[in-house]
Amino acid sequence: MNIMTSIIHMFLALVLSPLLLGIINRVKAVFAGRRGQPLAQPYYDIIKLLKKGAVYSSTSGWVFRLGPVTGLASVMVAIMICPAGGHGGLFSFAGDFIFMAYALGLMRFVTVLAAMDTGSAFEGMGASREVQFAVIAELVLLTGLAVLAAGTREVSLAAIYSKLWTASIPPLGPVAVLIAFAFLIVLLTENARIPVDDPNTHLELTMIHEVMVLDHGGPDLAFIQYGAALKLWLFAALLSGLAIPLRTGQPMTDMAVNVAGILVTAIIVGMIESAMARLRLLHVPQMLVVALSVTVAALLWILR
Amino acid sequence: MNTWTDIFILVLVLADFRLLATSRLAAVIETTVLQAVALSAFMLTLAEKPWPLLLIFLSLITLTVKGAILPWLLRRAMREAGVQREIEPIIGYSASVLIGMILLGLSFIIFIPLKASVSAGSAFLLPGALFTTLTGLMMIVSRKNALTQVAGYLVMENGVYAFGAALAVEEPLLVEMGVLLDVFVAVFVMGITVYQISREFDHIDTDRLSELKD
Repeated sequence: MNIMTSIIHMFLALVLSPLLLGIINRVKAVFAGRRGQPLAQPYYDIIKLLKKGAVYSSTSGWVFRLGPVTGLASVMVAIMICPAGGHGGLFSFAGDFIFMAYALGLMRFVTVLAAMDTGSAFEGMGASREVQFAVIAELVLLTGLAVLAAGTREVSLAAIYSKLWTASIPPLGPVAVLIAFAFLIVLLTENARIPVDDPNTHLELTMIHEVMVLDHGGPDLAFIQYGAALKLWLFAALLSGLAIPLRTGQPMTDMAVNVAGILVTAIIVGMIESAMARLRLLHVPQMLVVALSVTVAALLWILR
Repeated sequence: MNTWTDIFILVLVLADFRLLATSRLAAVIETTVLQAVALSAFMLTLAEKPWPLLLIFLSLITLTVKGAILPWLLRRAMREAGVQREIEPIIGYSASVLIGMILLGLSFIIFIPLKASVSAGSAFLLPGALFTTLTGLMMIVSRKNALTQVAGYLVMENGVYAFGAALAVEEPLLVEMGVLLDVFVAVFVMGITVYQISREFDHIDTDRLSELKD
């Protein structure tokens, strides 16, 4: 039963994750009074890209070709650990949240390396920005997970998320709210959403994530886009598992609630994107530092 | 009771971080209002459920003075001085938030030995109050704008007030009223001073006041 739930969640993540991007775009279109692209547009894009051939510049080497594949593989590994609501992922072990953070780190590392390998100044600039923000975002993510681990006295993601919001531990309500807020900021940063980066922009000077992948084409670009969708799903799953105070004890129900929460997260992200403008680049680290201070406040709360 | 005390103290602490992070004066003033609301609510959570009339009265007075009258004075001074934001603080905003985190950690460390001897409503209370006081001090020391400094004074006083509420719930009314009156008069006078400064010098940067001028 438990294994079944994990497999179904994994399957849903693999199938539904591009839909999140579609939902975000649709919400933005509705807010702007447009009809918007079809919900399945990200799927069409990925399929179209997969049918094309890839073009490689003569300055780039094997690192460039390795980037998209390794990136997609590492985010898939990360999503296997990701808990579905109060229920664990495909596999879990002590300290797996650190492993998950490192898998995401590996994804970023290979993307950055591939960007540097092109030898283009623009992509180097994007890589430098991406890493600059990631330094703080990763710190926030790990501190937040450490707070949850300390609060629930568990060391694996599955156990942390299943014990959260249950009566077996002292109530973590305020802490969970704080960490959820910090995770929302991490989600927006890591997935290059609006207050940090505008996914629609096509001006290299303002882009962060998009500029790194300018030289990729065809299947490589499809892998990168699919990997980005999976990453969004992963963070949305972490966030909604944390923010929804519901543990029925039945794996299937919990998982369904979590998936619904993930879709709602996509709607919230769309609303944030409609309501906010992009921050100036200099202000992004400031926002992340505020998220960090929120997690530190939560940490002190736990350790008091 | 305990959880609610915790939550209001947490609001106080988060508001402190917002104060350290923002450059807009309007946001600073809004945040002091938020702190006043949290403060007056948290005074009630410290007492047992049938609240004494005195306490309710005190809480309402706090809310009116700190949540309505003082912000109104500050807003008026802001409008008359014609400044919207702090231009160049002595310590940058990210750096002040980082320093704030260190201060919060220190406040917790300081109260570890006292944990057993003080029976305050929550373990978060005394560190939170101390941190609020330190935040106010930070704002006074690290900002140049006179209005932010006045707000910093107000925040510092909020911290002291939370301290008082933590250590002596049964404090006589007269003392609390005296403190409130003090703050009221101080902010009132400072508001007028800020206005005078801005009229005399066309700016309210305090670091330039030390220069002589005819």
